[in-house]
Amino acid sequence: QAQTGSVSGRVLDEKNTGIPGATVLVAGTSLGVSSDVDGNFRIANIPAGPQTIVLTFVGYNEVRRPVTIVAGQNVAVSAALTVNATELGEAVVIGYGTQRKQDVTGAITTVNAKDFVQGQVTNPEQLIQGKVAGVQITTDGGAPGAGTTIRIRGGSSLNANNNPLIVIDGVPVDTPSGTGNYNVAGVSNPLSLINPNDIETYTVLKDASATAIYGSRASNGVILITTKKGSTGDKLTVNLVSNTSLAARYNSVPVLTADEFRATVQAVAPQQVGLLGTGNTDWQKQVFRTAMSYDNNVSLTGAVGKLPFRASIGNLEQQGILITNRLIRNSGSLSLNPVLLDNHLRINANVKGTWVDNNFADAGAIGSALAFDPTQNVFSDNAAYANYFQYLQGNGTPQQNVPTNPVATLQLQRNRSTVKRSIGNVQLDYKLHFLPDLHANVNLGYDVTRTTGTNLVDARSAGAYFNNPLDPANTTARGGSYNYYSQQRNNKLLEAYLNYTKQLSETSRLELLAGYSYQDFVTTAPAYANYLGDATTVRTLAPNNPFRTQYTILSYYGRANLTLNNRYIFTGTLRNDASSRFSPDNRNALFPAASFAWRIKEENFLKDNKAFSDLKFRVGYGITGQQDVVAAAGSDYPYIQRFQLNVPTAQYPLGGVYYTPYSPLGYNSNLKWEQTSTYNAGLDFGFFDNRLTLSADAYYRKTTDLLAVIPIPALVNFTNRLVSNVGSLENKGIELNLNGIAIQSEKLNWSVNANATYNVNRILSLGPQAADFQGIENTTIAGGTGTNIGNYRVGSPSSAFYVYQQVYSANGKPVDGVYVDTNGDGKIDSNDRRIFQQSAPKVLLGFGSNLSYDRLSLAFSLRANLGNYVYNNVASNLGNYQGLVGSTNFVSNVVRDANNTGFLNSNQERYSSDYYIQNASFLRMDNVTLGYNAGKVLGGKGSLRLSAAVQNVFVATKYTGLDPEIPNGVDNNVYPRPRTYTFGLNLSI
Amino acid sequence: CNKDLDRSPTYDLSTDAVYKDAAGYRTVAAKAYSGFAVTGPSGPDASTGDVLGIDQGSSDYIRQLWSAQELTTDEAVIQWGDPGVQDWHNMNWTSSGVFIQGLYSRILYEITVCNSFLAEATDDKLSARGISGADLADIKAYRAEVRFLRALAYYHAMDLYGNPPFATETDPIGGTTPPRQTTRAELFTYIESELKAIDADLLAPSQNANQYGRANKAAAWTLLAKLYLNAQVYTGTARYADCLTYAAKVIDTGGYSLQTTATNKATAYARNFLTDNNTSPEIIFPIVYDGKRTQSYGGTTFLTHAAVAGTADANWNPTKYGIGAGWGGTRTTPRLFQQFADTAADTRGRFVTGGQTLEVASQTNFYNGYVPIKFKNVNSAGAAGTDATFVDTDYPMFRLADVYLMYAEAAVRSNTNVSQALTYVNLIRSRAYRNTTAGNITASALTTDFILNERSRELYWEGTRRTDLIRYGRFTTAAYLWPWKGGVAAGTSVPDTRNLFPIPSSDISVNPNLVQNPGY
Repeated sequence: QAQTGSVSGRVLDEKNTGIPGATVLVAGTSLGVSSDVDGNFRIANIPAGPQTIVLTFVGYNEVRRPVTIVAGQNVAVSAALTVNATELGEAVVIGYGTQRKQDVTGAITTVNAKDFVQGQVTNPEQLIQGKVAGVQITTDGGAPGAGTTIRIRGGSSLNANNNPLIVIDGVPVDTPSGTGNYNVAGVSNPLSLINPNDIETYTVLKDASATAIYGSRASNGVILITTKKGSTGDKLTVNLVSNTSLAARYNSVPVLTADEFRATVQAVAPQQVGLLGTGNTDWQKQVFRTAMSYDNNVSLTGAVGKLPFRASIGNLEQQGILITNRLIRNSGSLSLNPVLLDNHLRINANVKGTWVDNNFADAGAIGSALAFDPTQNVFSDNAAYANYFQYLQGNGTPQQNVPTNPVATLQLQRNRSTVKRSIGNVQLDYKLHFLPDLHANVNLGYDVTRTTGTNLVDARSAGAYFNNPLDPANTTARGGSYNYYSQQRNNKLLEAYLNYTKQLSETSRLELLAGYSYQDFVTTAPAYANYLGDATTVRTLAPNNPFRTQYTILSYYGRANLTLNNRYIFTGTLRNDASSRFSPDNRNALFPAASFAWRIKEENFLKDNKAFSDLKFRVGYGITGQQDVVAAAGSDYPYIQRFQLNVPTAQYPLGGVYYTPYSPLGYNSNLKWEQTSTYNAGLDFGFFDNRLTLSADAYYRKTTDLLAVIPIPALVNFTNRLVSNVGSLENKGIELNLNGIAIQSEKLNWSVNANATYNVNRILSLGPQAADFQGIENTTIAGGTGTNIGNYRVGSPSSAFYVYQQVYSANGKPVDGVYVDTNGDGKIDSNDRRIFQQSAPKVLLGFGSNLSYDRLSLAFSLRANLGNYVYNNVASNLGNYQGLVGSTNFVSNVVRDANNTGFLNSNQERYSSDYYIQNASFLRMDNVTLGYNAGKVLGGKGSLRLSAAVQNVFVATKYTGLDPEIPNGVDNNVYPRPRTYTFGLNLSI
Repeated sequence: CNKDLDRSPTYDLSTDAVYKDAAGYRTVAAKAYSGFAVTGPSGPDASTGDVLGIDQGSSDYIRQLWSAQELTTDEAVIQWGDPGVQDWHNMNWTSSGVFIQGLYSRILYEITVCNSFLAEATDDKLSARGISGADLADIKAYRAEVRFLRALAYYHAMDLYGNPPFATETDPIGGTTPPRQTTRAELFTYIESELKAIDADLLAPSQNANQYGRANKAAAWTLLAKLYLNAQVYTGTARYADCLTYAAKVIDTGGYSLQTTATNKATAYARNFLTDNNTSPEIIFPIVYDGKRTQSYGGTTFLTHAAVAGTADANWNPTKYGIGAGWGGTRTTPRLFQQFADTAADTRGRFVTGGQTLEVASQTNFYNGYVPIKFKNVNSAGAAGTDATFVDTDYPMFRLADVYLMYAEAAVRSNTNVSQALTYVNLIRSRAYRNTTAGNITASALTTDFILNERSRELYWEGTRRTDLIRYGRFTTAAYLWPWKGGVAAGTSVPDTRNLFPIPSSDISVNPNLVQNPGY
């Protein structure tokens, strides 16, 4: 009765090793599978008779094998795929669709799963750290789920958002840049709500010809993320990925040990010796720990009948190295992608859900652990302060304005959040029955987040001792604090486009796209009162108004691709965006782009050249926009005159009645888009059958009508500084990307990737300026109210420092209080500060290597930033003896640099000395992974791969602080990035 | 879907929604008042307040006004090193200084808030919005008060910056046209006319608690008296007779009297600077603070905390001041201490001297310089305020003792009613000397120099010293020196241009109508 048979076999690469994840289809049917870890596949239930088996894999030539299926029998089909020299078949994900790689005219880089960063990766963006030229990814520190700063080709803006747009499976996700409720509450990094294990490819769109289709959100580049999917006819495969990691600090800030501290106090401030304790405490050791992580993911891929699916669940439990810090993430995803109506309707449905429980630790304890007196013990026997040592007044209450015990700070606080996020979409792609060249595509998506959180500071916490109740009559309750917060974000998306493809001739084709997009973002957050540590006594009333904000973006877009003779490719895109963040007069903007590529290799004079396997020239120009004004304006309604109801602590009494004032807010009715014009030219080379590929791009990006917060004339608005469209800045640079297979043989293979970026950023204009206008200061530092270390000034990089020029003695030591009179007016004042160096790197380098021998593989990745400087705020704060002499009640520790400089006191001007601007160029080995392919296990049913990885292997730098990699260039007790050892197993059944 | 692009805020109100009824008008009038007390709508701990480019706590109106009027003189030095803080006392402020900009922006922000209220409170708009009857009378009173607040802010702008930009309720807000610059003399005339014009609509002088905190006729008269007392400086023409007229109006209302009742915890004088100073009969116009509901890191919170050492020791017990801990900032030079012949007899001369040196060898060492004891977060019975950080004490912007002394000075300078002046001065002296005549002076002792010194003894740290020294020609000149005047330990004269602060370069950059004050 069985009228079907089966096919089994193995998909091999040119080295005869199995290709995992290759697609095997039975032509003309919906049957198909992906090959397993070893490249093996099996397709059952194939109708008897002649069939064609199609084997494909990205980057390889398709193989078609005719077979004859006999009912009830298996046919063995194995095939070795050859590398696709011109990668003709490779499809690249672009905005709204895919494109043949050969037809790409813009600057696009794709990173596939096999090239992702290995080891314990918590945030998805870390998967491509150092892998893409022109892309700088910097974590804010070593905390689990820490925020990340992503810069593509330098920041294009001053005060507006500089993060790229991130699109997951066609849904632009909410990665807000504001503060408070303008960010995702309860989570440091909204992207950490996505499980990296579900991601298949990254595509980074860098130049305007690639990004302009995303119009007003594309000025800082676009990152397209595609998640893993099942395919038709897949055999049911279970994949288990399990990582166990251990993270440990590998260095510490060089403060004095207890004994050194005693000796230094004796020598420098003998009158203070009486303040020393009897202990011997390494406070950094007390607040940090060796942390464990467990990351387990199970996925099920296959097809139920005609319904291909992939379902996955993940569980991550990651401890931070700072005590009490922990992140638990449970995630699930389901994707269904059936093809219906005789292959005319493709449906792509994705649902991802994440539940994250955070235990935040007060990072301020990192700084206080440095400064806290090492001769004091962690514990005392004073139960009033939970048996932690604290500085007390004579009456037994805690002193204020003194350091608090960092261990107590951490242990007496419980700062928790629960964040649930779901992103999902249904995409329908219908190929018209009467006109198969025309596709209609509709995409409905959502992105919702629910946050709740509590922050409890124990009443026994010394720093919160003096917190008292709102009700003055209540004299019994005291101390601590308890806050509750919650937030709801509801974002929805509707996209619809028509795509028409016409093959004009054998070698020429035309593709047209026209679409519409509607996206709406709503955030609400209730207002809650604050309580004392007993969680019941009201400390401050809830703000009068809860929070709600909404914005909407409505767009029309179109694209035309024309390929002539497989040689000349023209792409033009046009997008019209309208954002509710601007007034009706300024709301609409057109973002055009045009680009051209010339596949020189196809020309007759190169066609038969053996050395060149590919040569393509690309050139493009386009305009993109920036509508995310929230970071600069602090509101989604910056153009509307608004009155904000004051909070309950900002009332005013008149005649004994407390009025809650309505405060008029500054607004800019003329606010409009910031625009970035990008010019890009690139060359793609392929040599030796594409064993070596090289891409080189040069770009010039100029941002005009900068969204900047600038001084405005007094008396014309309800603020003295207003977000305005003023001035311009430029980024120009060069990118190189090289992929090569250095060794290719039966057993031994070695491939390398190298990328390099050079970027120069400069402010061109900041609007009208008086002769003595010093620029717009920015970037506050710790130490001294109101000290800024950066300055936006015309002609300088936007990340430039603004400092005094330190004078050094003959023996090379900084002379206290002596700076160069740079303006020559005979006195040293704030006008003698000058622009000095910059925090953004001028050069980014990335290098990856993958060496395999038989079943063993060894991969590593290196990353270097050059020309970046860091303000060492730790040294400027603690590199003097102020801690020894500054108080008659306590002494606090100093960094070793104090013994070098001998600075007796802290001094405000010295905070702005260029002595603390240090070269932070570095070379970091991000990752070394040793893999072993164990092959068949479980009696041949499964296959197993084992790996051991070390992350953050070493950092080579001249920088004297803990870690040279600082997102905004101010090193103020950054959460240390640990060295992480990960053991992983990957089992497929 | 195009209408979806017209998103408007859910909770923040539009102009029409705020001013829809009398209650709405009152909430914005309260905003105009609160501009002197709080730093922004989101409370003191929010990341930003009304004025940007300066730390929010430092951006407080009173804190900055106080800094400009006191830190620049012999009455106060400060320990901190925030950029620009030491410039006050060293007299080397620049047009790009954060505090020079911050104070200027705060004053002109306050004027802008007042202008916007007044633009919405015209008779036409009130009638169009259906405000009538008792509400109408009330809003008209508030309208006059907001005009007073604007006049007060313009007075500060005139006194400090001389020639600021100028706009009224008839100038649009939210546009891009920069305002014109005015002159000191022109502004003098404007303030004078405004204060006279609102006289009819202002509330009558009263001690009634149900109008406490509101500016009444006496507040306007006091400001007029101040204006006239300094007219020589502002316009080149003395107006002492007018000063006498308006000072007398305040005194003669009978609405105010010196606080002469001591408690067993506080002297009569000291009670004007405690949390229950809202019951003092001599405060004419206060800026009101509340530890729970009107919070700021400026105002009396700053004045109280900054004068208490940052760490507790035998000489310093923060709980005596009703606060958890001091900030260790402000002290005084020996000149103020030396104004008091006998600090035991004169109850106003109270200083913390233990652990402190009289001389100020270093401005940045809190233990250099005696610390005057003035503002505290305790009441007359010694009980602490409602909050250990935010102080309940109100700031006496105008009080009767100041009016008495203005009267006396105008009288002596114009040789008019001198005996009446002597009576007023001796009222102050006898209150200071525990209601005895031990400190009383004779007519021959009542000189202009005596009055200047008496103003310092009575009104130190109340924000009048710089203006007083300028009126006497002693602010910049070598006629009177104090430690670190001009940035030199022994004190030195500075160019007379320092009698005015510079227009901030941030405003000159964006307002082509502005011309910098001479010498900057």
